Amino acid sequence: MNSSREQILSRVNAALAPLAQRAALPDWDREMVILRQAQGLTDAWPLFAERMKAVNGTPLTSVAELVALLEKNNWKHGYCDPALWPSLAAAFPAGFTVETTYDRTRLDDYSFGITAAAGAIAETGTLVISDRGTSSRLGALAPWVHIVVLRRNQIYHDIPAAIAALPQDPNVIWITGPSKTADVEGILIEGVHGPGKQIALLVD
Amino acid sequence: MATQLIDQFAKNLAADTQAAVYDGSKKGHEKRTKLLFDTYADPNRLRELAGEIKQHVIENLDTFLPAVEAKLQSNGVKVHWASSAEDACAAVLGIMQARGDKKIVKSKTMVSEEIELEHYLDKHGIETLETDLGEFIVQIDHDHPSHIVKPIIHKNRREIAKSFEREGLGAYNDDPETITRRARQFLRHKYLAADVALTGANFVSVESGRMVIVTNEGNSRFCLAGTKCHIALIGIEKLVPHDRDLGLLLNLLGRSATAQQLTVYTEFISGPKSAGQPDGPEEMHVVFVDNGRTDVLASECKEILRCIRCGACLNVCPVYRQASGHAYRSVYPGPVGAVLSPLLAGKKFPELADLPKASSLCGACNEVCPVNIPIPDLLLRLREKGKREGAKLAAAGTPPMGAWSLLASQPAAWKTALFGGKIINYLPTKWLPIPPLRAWEAKRTLPEWKGGEFRSWFRNRKVGAVAPNRPDRKPESKEGR
Ligand code: SF4
Repeated sequence: MNSSREQILSRVNAALAPLAQRAALPDWDREMVILRQAQGLTDAWPLFAERMKAVNGTPLTSVAELVALLEKNNWKHGYCDPALWPSLAAAFPAGFTVETTYDRTRLDDYSFGITAAAGAIAETGTLVISDRGTSSRLGALAPWVHIVVLRRNQIYHDIPAAIAALPQDPNVIWITGPSKTADVEGILIEGVHGPGKQIALLVD
Repeated sequence: MATQLIDQFAKNLAADTQAAVYDGSKKGHEKRTKLLFDTYADPNRLRELAGEIKQHVIENLDTFLPAVEAKLQSNGVKVHWASSAEDACAAVLGIMQARGDKKIVKSKTMVSEEIELEHYLDKHGIETLETDLGEFIVQIDHDHPSHIVKPIIHKNRREIAKSFEREGLGAYNDDPETITRRARQFLRHKYLAADVALTGANFVSVESGRMVIVTNEGNSRFCLAGTKCHIALIGIEKLVPHDRDLGLLLNLLGRSATAQQLTVYTEFISGPKSAGQPDGPEEMHVVFVDNGRTDVLASECKEILRCIRCGACLNVCPVYRQASGHAYRSVYPGPVGAVLSPLLAGKKFPELADLPKASSLCGACNEVCPVNIPIPDLLLRLREKGKREGAKLAAAGTPPMGAWSLLASQPAAWKTALFGGKIINYLPTKWLPIPPLRAWEAKRTLPEWKGGEFRSWFRNRKVGAVAPNRPDRKPESKEGR
């Protein structure tokens, strides 16, 4: 492998040697990439909720609303982050089965998964999750419904702000709407490998 | 004179394939334009900026490559280098064998197509499964992707339904939703049974060593949740200097590729999972692949290395829309492929020397490119290279200009020819034994010959006269000249 390394670097050097001058790194203002629609808006949650709906996501502001939605669709078996469950359990009536350890051998049993947010981006309606902040990668991904529990002070206004605040974490994921594809004749289908329903639950 | 290979391909394309490619690419382009201009005050400046950033990267790879290697290593990632396709395949195999692993789940990577990884691993007893829906269908059909973002743009739902039936994925059903659900059900158990996740990367930040992978389907997330080892194949040009540059490039990529503000899943990966977490890779490898890129860097077309593989230039290209991706006979189709493929081919350049001619130089590709690559200029430079190196295919499709140059250099002959030109209106041109004319007329009709008027008008004109049929023009005054 090492010989490949030396070979590549020496070819790069040889290719760049004839350049009299290297292209400079341009300077640019972060404001340039902030969406027009989002400029000037400061109250984070309403903007986030509006943008999340625009990408077919579901923003909710109470656990009761969440429970009603799950009941209506008969999504009764789920997984929940053990750290979050104590504060949510009281709102879930009898008839729900919620596990706090995700058993990967029973992948198809869970219809919903509840995990914690590492942040959110208002201008794009994006949820941010991370490796350390998520109790189970599979629990956040394999069920049809994924619920991310979010607090107001976790919402960044825009993409540049969210990038500047990327946590020290090996796997940060930005989620902008439900999983989707348009591979078959360009027709949009939601819920390919990941969740078909993406929910943000605001808890304060 | 031979017609161009790409023309022959376009002519033999089934009508419904052509329609699928045409509609699919056109729709993609229209949505993209609307989104860009609705959301940014100055999208063109953003494209220029992104181009400048990427140009800075490729012209400083000598310092950036060792820097990103050190950063990745300090993040706990093992770094490998592969100068050829063979080396890259061997690197992946080596990692698999050292771990005693047999099964790969794979998220879309164009580099793996380039190095023909699946075929290589298969020979060594390693099973690779594509998980992107389009790539999965390509795989079960033993086909090749025809678009870098929409790999099965050339297939319709009936063909896909037949393939699913043949593979035992359920009785014939051509409803796209049913097709998608069946793939979901089949693949989700495969992720958990696999040993290794193989991905590409869209960007790698030199500053932090974070690599970025974007997908809409969530398959790469599943690969990285189900398996214990992650291998990323990354072209050496994929670097960006800082994390902040990702803010600009991710915006442009999502919009240019699929007309989204952001792709559904944007993953920032900087190492193996944290200790104590239940799912995720414990081991992570990056293979930096050259495979001809340093030759491109040394060539007159290095700008093509800015490419972020968004596919926008394919969608907008009139030649791609007519001919479809397979006509380009290489991994990268469309305008980007017409530049990149012959260059990456190295010694086999002459075999693809016709690709730079598969363009009318209309400039649409340059206008949409999110990193502002001057593709038409690069195509001209490559045509020049083809001629210089005497590649036979570089001349295919160009009518011999000998007769024309004889006429054009003899004023008397030229005049006679112009006068005689009227005869062409009475000739059955479709039946004349002139192959280039025939090829041209196969898809078009010659307009009526109206030669000669300009000369008589020019001779008889008065200074300040208005051109015939241009009453909208005011005569210019003498002083104004
Ligand atoms: S050349 Fe430009 S438009 Fe074409 S795929 Fe690459 S980045 Fe996109």
